Amino acid sequence: MLFFSYFKDLVGREVTVELKNDLAIRGTLHSVDQYLNIKLENTRVVDQDKYPHMVIQCVDYNSVFSFCKLSVRNCFIRGSVVRYVQLPPEGVDIELLHDATRREARGG
Amino acid sequence: MSSGPGLESLVDQTISVITNDGRNIVGVLKGFDQATNIILDESHEQVFSTKEGVQQLVLGLYIIRGDNISIVGELDEELDSNLDLSKLRAHPLKPVIH
Repeated sequence: MLFFSYFKDLVGREVTVELKNDLAIRGTLHSVDQYLNIKLENTRVVDQDKYPHMVIQCVDYNSVFSFCKLSVRNCFIRGSVVRYVQLPPEGVDIELLHDATRREARGG
Repeated sequence: MSSGPGLESLVDQTISVITNDGRNIVGVLKGFDQATNIILDESHEQVFSTKEGVQQLVLGLYIIRGDNISIVGELDEELDSNLDLSKLRAHPLKPVIH
């Protein structure tokens, strides 16, 4: 329950979710549920050239400047496939998290 | 508990589902449940490869068990229909390793 509450506090922040298939998606955290399923908005794939599967549209201006758009902008990520969530440093109060985990480990 | 990233908002919309074995299935979301089991209508699989463009395999009405789902993405149909899939090349996605 602790990490569910913790992620709920992070709603609205920009996070990067790395999945167990090595895909990494960055976006604004829209919501989480008790399974730690995650919904992201304004998503972009971190290594877009390698992973165009979320389907990009690229306009190549004389191959100097290219402009890419995702046709998937919002997505739902199943909690079971998440490997890491990279958080903004200012989103973590380590002291508070320490206290909370200790309290939970003690059973209350 | 009911508030959260449910899929309610995507019902009757075209979505792109990436499964744990790396497949990419596009279709209209007709239903879902707590375990993220999904019913897709008019679905097709998009097969990525490095040798040729994206192939589309017609699947029709499909149920995908939640265990096998990695990502459900909302498709911007306008953008997606402008895409020239025959020119898109990529390695197939890696399967999920738990």
